[in-house]
Amino acid sequence: MSFGDFKALDDVSLRINKGEFFSLLGPSGCGKTTLLRIIAGFENPDEGLVNIDGIDVLPLEPNKRGVNTVFQSYALFPHLSVFENVAFPLRLRKTAPKAIRAKVGEYLELVQLVDHARKKPSQLSGGQKQRVAIARALINEPSVLLLDEPLSALDAKLRQHMLIELDSIHDKIGITFIYVTHDQQEALSVSDRIAVMNGGKVLQCDSPYEIYENPATEFVARFIGETNLFDASVESVGGGRASLSVPGLGKVLVETAKGPAPGGTAIFTIRPEKIHIDHERPDGGRSDLNVFEGVVEEPIYSGFQSKFFVRCGDATLKVFKQHASYQEEGPDIAWKDRVFVSWSSDDGYIVGPGSDA
Amino acid sequence: MYRPEVMKRIAWNRDVFTFSRIVCALTIGFLLLPLLVLAAYSFNDSRTMSWTGFSTKWYEKLFSGSPDLWRAFRNSIVIAIGSGAVATAIGTLGAIGAARYRFRLRGYVQTIGFLPMILPEIIIGVSLSMFFAGIGLKLGLFTIFLAHVSFNLPFVFLLVSARMEEFDYSIVEAAYDLGANEIQTLTLVVLPTIMPGILSGFLTAVTLSLEDFVITFFVSGPGSTTLPLYIYSMIRYGVSPVINALSVLMIAGTALLAIPLRKFLKDFAVH
Repeated sequence: MSFGDFKALDDVSLRINKGEFFSLLGPSGCGKTTLLRIIAGFENPDEGLVNIDGIDVLPLEPNKRGVNTVFQSYALFPHLSVFENVAFPLRLRKTAPKAIRAKVGEYLELVQLVDHARKKPSQLSGGQKQRVAIARALINEPSVLLLDEPLSALDAKLRQHMLIELDSIHDKIGITFIYVTHDQQEALSVSDRIAVMNGGKVLQCDSPYEIYENPATEFVARFIGETNLFDASVESVGGGRASLSVPGLGKVLVETAKGPAPGGTAIFTIRPEKIHIDHERPDGGRSDLNVFEGVVEEPIYSGFQSKFFVRCGDATLKVFKQHASYQEEGPDIAWKDRVFVSWSSDDGYIVGPGSDA
Repeated sequence: MYRPEVMKRIAWNRDVFTFSRIVCALTIGFLLLPLLVLAAYSFNDSRTMSWTGFSTKWYEKLFSGSPDLWRAFRNSIVIAIGSGAVATAIGTLGAIGAARYRFRLRGYVQTIGFLPMILPEIIIGVSLSMFFAGIGLKLGLFTIFLAHVSFNLPFVFLLVSARMEEFDYSIVEAAYDLGANEIQTLTLVVLPTIMPGILSGFLTAVTLSLEDFVITFFVSGPGSTTLPLYIYSMIRYGVSPVINALSVLMIAGTALLAIPLRKFLKDFAVH
């Protein structure tokens, strides 16, 4: 799929299972919305196939595909009440009024809007509008529901709430959801599987756990959650373990089972929450432990956890520490403290050959 | 507790409130007093400005002794509604087209559309009358109708365009997505959504057409007098209180129309 010279989608191939909550995740401009609009029938790809239930739907009009869309802007009809918005697809098909009342009632019940049936969209809150849009998209009983950043216009608290609601609606009706978002937290928390996209390509398609714990590329590691990334050179490989030399930091051990086989150089990454931080040197007897001594440069207290930027040699490591229990004298690690940071060799991973390889 | 800064703010607010009330009262007074005077004199027994007694004779004369006036009135209504409807249809389609499609003459259409709004009416009047003479069209009701359509178009275009600006195109995609065809999308979704713009466009057009004098003056012919032309010709022989009576009825009629219309447009409010 290209717009002029710009290739919006490049050789994307995905297989989405029936009943799956599938997310397309990526930064804006990565092609995720274009992919969704191709499935919906609003864009035509230059080449390729879209099969739904074994039928090639590309020649079909949007409304013949068994697919409905929840739009980012809700796209409610402003002149119609909540009831009439949801009834719109049924009215087009000349459904009997009695059947319309029953079915619209059923779907308003599903999204908990029965009491608001007579209101106009302008009288609803953002979350309520979103639920009208969902009910309206579901009433045709599509086999796939497409959701285009449906929560991006809501504030953070409401987004969490709607996310849980979306998940429970998915559980109740059991159809396939394809969910487009740029918010990794949303994607991680509700998806069965996630396709991480960038520059029109799918970089990794896997379960949320695998995406987070075992990112396939540097981009995925950087985009999902927070992480520490280092360019390293490979010193030696043996016994399922590689020894890396990280400039400014020192020698780092990493399991080779994770990530691509290291060549001369590698990009090494370690998640901040996997790093332990302590005033005492951890047990030196473990051969798989990476231990570095450093100074806390910047402690950032954020309630349930603290973030520390720890300078070790010429490198700075980002470290998260959960506040599991209350401490009378306040957080025990403070600015300028001398600390030891450590992690096991199977917590870090290599996400690709080095940038100069 | 005494808090000087709060007290001061309250005092200041009260002053401003009094001042703005005075300005408001004066404004309303200036607008409404002439109408009240007009209404009062429509019930004056004498045709001079001195009050000689209450009478409804000008109303009787209006309804029984003024056939020319009613012919002019009918002409005005026919032209206003006719030209308003045609201008609304063309202007609405134009506004939808200019907002939705990217075509080569788009900028040109949008700019030239505004010209009749900025040009002095007298120039439009003269140019139209020369144009009609040039193509050999006999001046009369039809040329008035054409002239009114042309000067009303930009107003409708502008009002509907404003509505199209805030039009969310994804509702069109939503309509397709939910199974509507092109005609259903236009009639069930697009037109109802921009209906407030279309209605105010139509009403503006009707009003402008009803009251237009200058342009109409240049493009009217024998036997095609509209109400403003007729009133003007009457005034040349001195103001007749029949005009007062007619004005009072028109004010009452407009007010009766405006109130439910305002409510209707308000109910339509979006966003």
